[in-house]
Amino acid sequence: MTRFVLGRIGFSTLIAVLLAFFTIPLLWLASAPLTSDPSYEVRMPDFTFDNFQAILEHPYALPSLYNSLLLSIGTALLVVALAALAAYALSRVRLPGRDALLYALLLLSSIITGTAAMVPLFQLAVELGLIDSQLGLILILSGGLLPAAIFMLKDFMDSTPKSYEESARVFGASPLQIVAHVVVPLVRPGLATIAVWAVANVWGNFLMPYLLLSDVEKQPAAVIMYTLYTEGGQANLRLLSTFGLLYSVPVVLMYLFVSKKYGFRFHGGIKR
Amino acid sequence: MAAIELRRLTKVYPGGVKALDALDLVIPDGEFFALLGPSGCGKTTLLRTIAGLETATGGAVVIGDRDVTSVQPGGRDIAMVFQDYALFPHMDVTDNVAYPLRIKKVAKAERHRRAGEVAARLGLEHLMDRRPGQLSGGQQQRVALARVMATQAQAFLFDEPLSNLDARLRLEARTFLKKLQRELGVTTVFVTHDQAEALAMADRMAVMEAGVIRQIGTPAEVFQRPANTFVAGFIGSTPMNLLDAVVRGDTLEVAGSAVPVPDSAAGLLADGEKVVYGVRPEYNAYAPKPAEGSSEGALAGKVVIVENLGASHLVTLDVNDVTVQAVVPEGSEPAVGDDGFAAPRRDRALVYRDGELVTR
Repeated sequence: MTRFVLGRIGFSTLIAVLLAFFTIPLLWLASAPLTSDPSYEVRMPDFTFDNFQAILEHPYALPSLYNSLLLSIGTALLVVALAALAAYALSRVRLPGRDALLYALLLLSSIITGTAAMVPLFQLAVELGLIDSQLGLILILSGGLLPAAIFMLKDFMDSTPKSYEESARVFGASPLQIVAHVVVPLVRPGLATIAVWAVANVWGNFLMPYLLLSDVEKQPAAVIMYTLYTEGGQANLRLLSTFGLLYSVPVVLMYLFVSKKYGFRFHGGIKR
Repeated sequence: MAAIELRRLTKVYPGGVKALDALDLVIPDGEFFALLGPSGCGKTTLLRTIAGLETATGGAVVIGDRDVTSVQPGGRDIAMVFQDYALFPHMDVTDNVAYPLRIKKVAKAERHRRAGEVAARLGLEHLMDRRPGQLSGGQQQRVALARVMATQAQAFLFDEPLSNLDARLRLEARTFLKKLQRELGVTTVFVTHDQAEALAMADRMAVMEAGVIRQIGTPAEVFQRPANTFVAGFIGSTPMNLLDAVVRGDTLEVAGSAVPVPDSAAGLLADGEKVVYGVRPEYNAYAPKPAEGSSEGALAGKVVIVENLGASHLVTLDVNDVTVQAVVPEGSEPAVGDDGFAAPRRDRALVYRDGELVTR
């Protein structure tokens, strides 16, 4: 009996510690921006809005959020458009070695991460005159996300019945009309998933923009976050916490919106 | 409206599977034509090759007076209903029915008006705002029909149009389809694996096996005079009795009994020849005693099984270890274990030599 009680107590304690590990940073993020003098501990906030005032006055904070939006939405659009076309073609056309190609792409793109490819990517960008250009950054980020996006979308495409497309074909629809009228609407949940995934990826990407954008006015929020220090070289917790909160709000909103509209599905399949 | 003509049509799949083997077939304008066969016989491939969804390896498809063998499906002026109906799940009934007109760049108001007209004809007017997922199987089928009607194509192709409906609805849909096809007068080819469906609906039908057409004819011809033992065994809700027989002058020796040579084969058989004697259970008259004074021979045996078919019974007799079946009207069915006689109708029985019908 004692052993049982002790076991329960031990188990509950473990769960509490694990939960605290994940909740305390979130609590801090929610409370610190509203505290006039935040530290690393979680305290009851005194509900001041001075920190928000300060971040609004920061010359790069709000523009950087705009930059983040631009980069992530731009990349998501490009990735969704290209991945949809590629996945459709790969799903419908029989190519020798198709699956091998897909797995190789996926494998290479996950092994060769941004860090490993940093130097050649930088050089490539310099050669192409795409350094310090948001378009260049979007292209490079898209390139990194495309293999996984194609892989995921192909699964959606595979699970849509061919008879829909054949039916449209018999009525005389061209391949592009079939994609626009039939395929895209059918795999819309898949496209939404890929778009959200791409946005979240770019939103949190620090290395690539840090590397390829030197103009501070073009930097996204992830990079600007890194510059929020006091003159003394200490982390400026007032600005950092407030900016951190602002930084996370758009992504949370996007998740809620897309989840409500489409529901998240990482597999294909049509309810018939 | 147009006739469909197939000339030595051949389809070989990559890997060497011959799905269609030099088929010749003419389907006249306005005919309701059934392609019947067991699964894997090539009937769906044939339909898809007519539609252009499969490219022919050899031969030609002619619709109207136009050779469309190398024309894309959209350019063939045909319309197809798929087995799963292929209604677009993200469009409502109006948009589904109007889709072919959208491809033809008909203005939105006009195509919605025309979709409404066609749908009203099929009794769908109160469902126009529904999505396919909100419709019953029968309603979905009618939407699919409305959609092909909206194309005003020269020929319709139906792939197993009734197989997704439940048994009761299937009978209704059968009558409905036949009536609709008659009213529209559009050349229609449909694929089915259900012989009853083909017999009930088609003006003419082709029975296929392994990429070859084994018989073409009206349902009555195919039912009464199957051209070979394959068709004989495939057609009919109860399979035909196919019994080994030896010719003995004017009679055939079947399972130890003597039956007269059927009218269709009279004078065409050599004495002592080994043949197959075929008679449908429906044309086999069962009697507990041999008919007196009858010149017709009968097969004497013992009743093994009696199956209820509703208004009639299927009686299985054991005739010297050979199974013979006969259909008996209700009320006069025997008990298991009774002795009984099956007398084949001389004008309906058939003789097959090497699997092919012996006939003039």
